[in-house]
Amino acid sequence: MHSLNWIKQNLFSTWLNSIVSIVLIYFLASVIPPLLDWFIFEATFIADDRTGCTTEGACWAVVGARFYQFMYGFYPTEEVWRVNLVYAMLPFGIAPLLWDKIPFRKQFLFFSMAYPFLVFFLLYGGPGLSSVASNKWGGLLVTLFLGLGGILIAFPLSIFLALGRRSKMPAILTLCIVFIEFIRGVPLITLLFFGNIMLPLFLPEGINLDTIIRALVAVTIFQAAYGAEVIRGGLQAMPKGQYEAAQALGLSYWQMNYKIILPQALKITIPALVNTAIGLFKDTSLVLLIGLLDLLGIGRAALADTKWMALHVEVYVFIAGIFFIFCFGFSRYSLYLERKLNTDNDGENK
Amino acid sequence: MKILRISALLALVSFFSAPAIAGTLEDVQARGFVKCGVTTGLLGFAAPDDSGNWKGFDVDVCRAVAAAVFGDSSKVEFTTTTGKTRFPTLASGEIDVLARNTTWTFSRDVDLGFEFIGINYYDGQGFLIPASLGVASATDLDGASVCIQTGTTTELNLADFFRANSISYESIPVETNDEARENLFAGRCDVYTTDASGLAATAAQADNPADWILLPEIISKEPLGPLVRHGDHVWGDIVRWSLNTMIIAEEKGLTSNNLDTKLAMNNDPEIFRLTGKEGEYGAMFGLSNDFGYNIIKQVGNYGEVFERNVGLKTPLKLARGLNAPWTDGGLLYSPPFR
Repeated sequence: MHSLNWIKQNLFSTWLNSIVSIVLIYFLASVIPPLLDWFIFEATFIADDRTGCTTEGACWAVVGARFYQFMYGFYPTEEVWRVNLVYAMLPFGIAPLLWDKIPFRKQFLFFSMAYPFLVFFLLYGGPGLSSVASNKWGGLLVTLFLGLGGILIAFPLSIFLALGRRSKMPAILTLCIVFIEFIRGVPLITLLFFGNIMLPLFLPEGINLDTIIRALVAVTIFQAAYGAEVIRGGLQAMPKGQYEAAQALGLSYWQMNYKIILPQALKITIPALVNTAIGLFKDTSLVLLIGLLDLLGIGRAALADTKWMALHVEVYVFIAGIFFIFCFGFSRYSLYLERKLNTDNDGENK
Repeated sequence: MKILRISALLALVSFFSAPAIAGTLEDVQARGFVKCGVTTGLLGFAAPDDSGNWKGFDVDVCRAVAAAVFGDSSKVEFTTTTGKTRFPTLASGEIDVLARNTTWTFSRDVDLGFEFIGINYYDGQGFLIPASLGVASATDLDGASVCIQTGTTTELNLADFFRANSISYESIPVETNDEARENLFAGRCDVYTTDASGLAATAAQADNPADWILLPEIISKEPLGPLVRHGDHVWGDIVRWSLNTMIIAEEKGLTSNNLDTKLAMNNDPEIFRLTGKEGEYGAMFGLSNDFGYNIIKQVGNYGEVFERNVGLKTPLKLARGLNAPWTDGGLLYSPPFR
């Protein structure tokens, strides 16, 4: 009875609503079954190559056959435990940054700080581990390395750039303005080319930065510049009284920003920050243009194999699915964060 | 003064951009593998298989070099490059050889400071049409709509060709190969024009490849070849003669399968020289004398490589055409091995 009432109230409250509801239901009824057929019921999940996909639906066998490459690229199979370890530790590295209520957060935070270095050591190799250059990396590994790496490294940089752009010291002010405006003034792909082709020219001979590090540099400075402008927006939204009150209490510049201004400014910039982060995460697929095989690149490489060619839809749908999972996760988290932070104040932002 | 400063800057740039100008062979031997630049994936020419091993027509050139240097065609690592990054990547020394279906042109050879070591595929711009169009020659394409990638030399070639033959056409600009394919298959254009090998790859992806035909006209020269950096002639020679060895092997009828029997039964001195049974040819550029044997045994002759990757038995179904040995009416012609 309850559900019938709900339907009546929400779907058929007026004659206009009823018509819209009926049209939409008809639309869904005619679209969903064929989609399900294609995705699941008529799909082939296991086959040796595309000729083995004899059913009408999707040929998911390509994803199965290339799953390793989608996840790890060409990482040597005997070393792949290193990537698995990095993936497995990722939740522990990120969780204490994302949730403040997890047990042993303090201890975990130390781990979070060590995590990036561990990642570098594990993925690249070093004492005790054989080195694996980035031409062996690929797929989700590259996407996550550049996406999350760029977002996490850029965040503190953005804060300093944002503060610097509001600084009264002319040298710092000019430097920050020039940096931000220059980076924001050029497309990411230009920065990637810059990182890939120009950066080695500036380095002393003998120091050879790996392609993926050069891409990470480009992605990071791009994200830092955009993040800085978002955070500056938050800083400007702070009422002048907050600054004056902090100064009246005798707080130093850093204390004022750390304790009073930034916590409030960052909170109101969360949606915009997550927005740029999601944008960056998706933009990392541009690295295909400098020859790095991220998720999209590995997908396209699979399509260049005569065994799997012409399965464009399946490959792109799979890649889109992975991107969706991550980006949807980002946006859900930002909603959670907003709600949580809102309960802390008097509710004026509700 | 200004000129001095600019030239100093240029010197600095070239100093940094060419760190290992000599001794590529020593570098490669010390490293233990050849570094080879390939595409990020091109049907038949370079693509990773399911277990991550690179396969393809260009890839096999790299494998031949590895077989020559190390006697092991697997000692090669591949770096994926794009049309934009391939030249800087080679110039900076990140790769030793670039085998990425690159057209040999004057400016790339001279101005960019590279050395094309030969031609491993004679390509040219062609036309792909649906069989239902009922056209047998490009000169009958009057009024056709043509899908063409913008900003490429193919666009200019097409305009020249149609103007010279006073044919009117409607160009439908597309950005990528994928876009062109979808437009063509959906019937939004009558013709797609790009390099013939690319057209073959496009047709291979159709539901029924037999519905699509390549017109006989080839309207441009696109000689594709592997290249190395200027300045290290020994390394250039090694790559050049790795390719030549495969070409001569086909001419002499040596394949990876019959090599040992042919060697035992044959008295052709060139075959003996090529495989190191006679003479000290490999030692002349610092390799073992049986480098030719290793190439043929492990990678195969040119014809094998062609048929395996792009030939009539593959989905690309490319005919030998210009890429047949000169003895069969093609253009493949290697200097003698002596």
